[in-house]
Amino acid sequence: MSQTYTPVERTATGKKLAGPVGWLDERLGLAGPAKKNLRKVFPEHWSFMLGEVALWSFVVLLITGVFLTLWFDPSMAETTYTGSYRPLNGVEMSVAYASSLDISFDIRGGLLLRQMHHWAAHLFIAAMFVHMLRVFFTGAYRKPRELNWLIGLGLLMLGILGGFSGYSLPDDLLSGTGLRIADGMIKSIPLIGTHVSFFLFGGEFPGDQIIGRLYMVHILLIPALLLGLIAAHMLLLVYHKHTQFPGPGRTNENVVGYPALPVYIAKAGGFFFIVFGVIASMAALFTVNAVWIYGPYNPAEVTAGSQPDWYMGFAEGALRIFPPLEWSWFGSTWAMSVFIPGLGFLGLLFVALGVWPFIERAITRDEREHHLLERPRNNPTRTGLGVAGMTWFGLLWIGGGNDVIALKFGLDLNAITWFLRVGIFVGPVIAFIVTRRICISLQRKDNEVLTHGYETGVIDRSPDGGYSERHAALPIEKQYAVTSAKERPKAIEAPELVDENGVDAPRSRRERLRHRMRRFYYFGSGAVDKPTAEDMAHAEEHLRGSNEHPIELGEDFQGVSETGVPRVH
Amino acid sequence: MRTLSTRRRHPLAGLLVLAVGLLITGGLYAAVAPKAATAEESASTSDIEAGRQLFLVGCASCHGVNAQGINTEGADGEPGNYGPPLIGVGAAAVDFQVGTGRMPMAQTAPQAPRKADEYTDEETAQLAAYIASLAPGPQIPEERYLDWESVDEEGLAEGGEFFRTNCTACHNSVGAGGALPNGRYAPSLDGVEAKHIYEAMQTGPQQMPVFSDDVITPEEKLKVIAYIKTISEQPSYGGVNGGSLGPVVDGVWVWVVALGSLVGFAIWIGWHGTRTKKR
Repeated sequence: MSQTYTPVERTATGKKLAGPVGWLDERLGLAGPAKKNLRKVFPEHWSFMLGEVALWSFVVLLITGVFLTLWFDPSMAETTYTGSYRPLNGVEMSVAYASSLDISFDIRGGLLLRQMHHWAAHLFIAAMFVHMLRVFFTGAYRKPRELNWLIGLGLLMLGILGGFSGYSLPDDLLSGTGLRIADGMIKSIPLIGTHVSFFLFGGEFPGDQIIGRLYMVHILLIPALLLGLIAAHMLLLVYHKHTQFPGPGRTNENVVGYPALPVYIAKAGGFFFIVFGVIASMAALFTVNAVWIYGPYNPAEVTAGSQPDWYMGFAEGALRIFPPLEWSWFGSTWAMSVFIPGLGFLGLLFVALGVWPFIERAITRDEREHHLLERPRNNPTRTGLGVAGMTWFGLLWIGGGNDVIALKFGLDLNAITWFLRVGIFVGPVIAFIVTRRICISLQRKDNEVLTHGYETGVIDRSPDGGYSERHAALPIEKQYAVTSAKERPKAIEAPELVDENGVDAPRSRRERLRHRMRRFYYFGSGAVDKPTAEDMAHAEEHLRGSNEHPIELGEDFQGVSETGVPRVH
Repeated sequence: MRTLSTRRRHPLAGLLVLAVGLLITGGLYAAVAPKAATAEESASTSDIEAGRQLFLVGCASCHGVNAQGINTEGADGEPGNYGPPLIGVGAAAVDFQVGTGRMPMAQTAPQAPRKADEYTDEETAQLAAYIASLAPGPQIPEERYLDWESVDEEGLAEGGEFFRTNCTACHNSVGAGGALPNGRYAPSLDGVEAKHIYEAMQTGPQQMPVFSDDVITPEEKLKVIAYIKTISEQPSYGGVNGGSLGPVVDGVWVWVVALGSLVGFAIWIGWHGTRTKKR
């Protein structure tokens, strides 16, 4: 079937646009790069769209944020509220809080936009987290993408800071309590903490400066940094090309997928409206941060159920479960029970994430570029470490909501605390071991299906009454995808412990450590090799010979699902 | 005078002087000291008697047949009680505990939960009358301190200030409740009758501190009740509020509903390509 195309410059639209487009090209010279990049190919997988959720949430944040700045007044001056919300009428409060109430009750569409802004913030950070997990578990951060991983980490940190500064702006009882905790964390920094706190707050907490300062951080500094880093993140993405999952025709040198124009422009553009729609629906249907119920901030008051927004929950949890530990040295208080969990755990998380690609590379000494993703099961150690980290984070996160959990599930608050104090050490270890075992079992399952075929669900009865299930070979594309996804385990060379003269080599201790780490990384709980070509040939013969009527796979066969059931079934 | 002076060394003279001294001191104290509350007098004798019968059947096994309480020795050697003495707790305490179903307790627990009441209003009143007859104590509040709808806007704002200063630390800013150490908790105030909120402030049941009339006057208690009732009965302006439990609930919504549905959409978009079928 042959099709004829009319060159675009000869179509009616082309003739009309030739003038203005030519005018632009003569001045900007964009035709060349645009032609190349608009046809840029991206691979297709649902998990590649998680980062897009974050990007579009950020766009929603910018749009709704601009709207909110029209009415929000970041002043800590005292005023008496006289708006529509009856229970607070006549109450003394800050102008910032009064204007938050006005946005919620007296400005048309204000509450919807405020809630959209807040939900978009929650979603922005949640999407960044899951995007990061996807990148981690598929090994997409490996060479040459380590720097983009660090930029992503920077985006996550800035996102959290942006969220926290926004959380503090309405100056209600909840946000003031959050600020007080931040103030406590800052003050817990040994020796300089109090000075830093006085500097930031312009005097003793809460002062009358902080809202205005946070407002500048929230609407100028952080968005500007975020925009710059997002641009860098995306440019590097285009420069490196997107990673892809292994499959027929997919190699480390190519990208199999669709061009940006028209396919991904349409898909991504459409996805923006879906993200916008989900956020708008959330804002219309679910309350988020009902500032009016908390009342104005007053350092003497507090409300039960005071929590940070979810992304700070783990740091809050660390603070809640940490045992008391405080020293008094040289006339200075060292509040370790605030400093270690508050700033230490936060730092630990980000430092661990930041150095991981480099630690992994030091262990593997893998100098190759990786454009093909790894299936999480094919790297049990990394997947196990990732799940261990998630478990650690999750347990601390539970700690952040321990009062709500105790109240709603009828549990003992102290018992939860003790469970978590032990759990954050034991839980990750258990999670690591279990995950690694599961990964290895899944690899074995892959080998089993490759060499013995999948279960067809067709039951034969033999003349003597026995029953057996027919197995059939996987389609060749699937076989290829599964086997090519996996590298053979590395040969582990013994470290050189002595030099040519028989003297202990100067680097031998480090070599020995690296050797041990390498063994742990690749063979920690027994590596599973993939079937060889011979195994596969043998399997084919075996599957053909096992019954006289091999299962005919129709044209519409789409492979089998994870459980081994054909998709068309 | 002779008769007095000749008997001044009588063996009983000292005792007599002591008795007279005590009488004078006691009499003066009674005359000058603030007047103590008097036991419920309006309850009829038959109510008290009916209450006593109910008490003997339903309460005496823990609180003792004379409401004197039953003391035990705790596991750690500390004195404990099986059921505390009820002498002097007053009608308000009985009306709160029995009227909200907290008493009788179904089982030993860190705290008695609110549940459907076991006694009718009449029986509760009889029990209250019996306990009140034992010793003076706080009484069931008068109707005029319970009519919260009569509170004006200024009073409402003032009630809110009282509420935020004294109550939200445990009960949460809309009275959704909060956790306390060792399995105890501040219960939700949602749907609690004005009378019971008043009595709780007055008698300080379980973990709650007592807010006596000297600390928060009856008029101020009414304002607090008005604020609690107003915010718990006002509509949820922002949509489904997830129990007003704060950001923990927001986190659940965003992960389950928002991110869950967007991952669903991403899978849907990712699935619609000709090549994906061949994968």
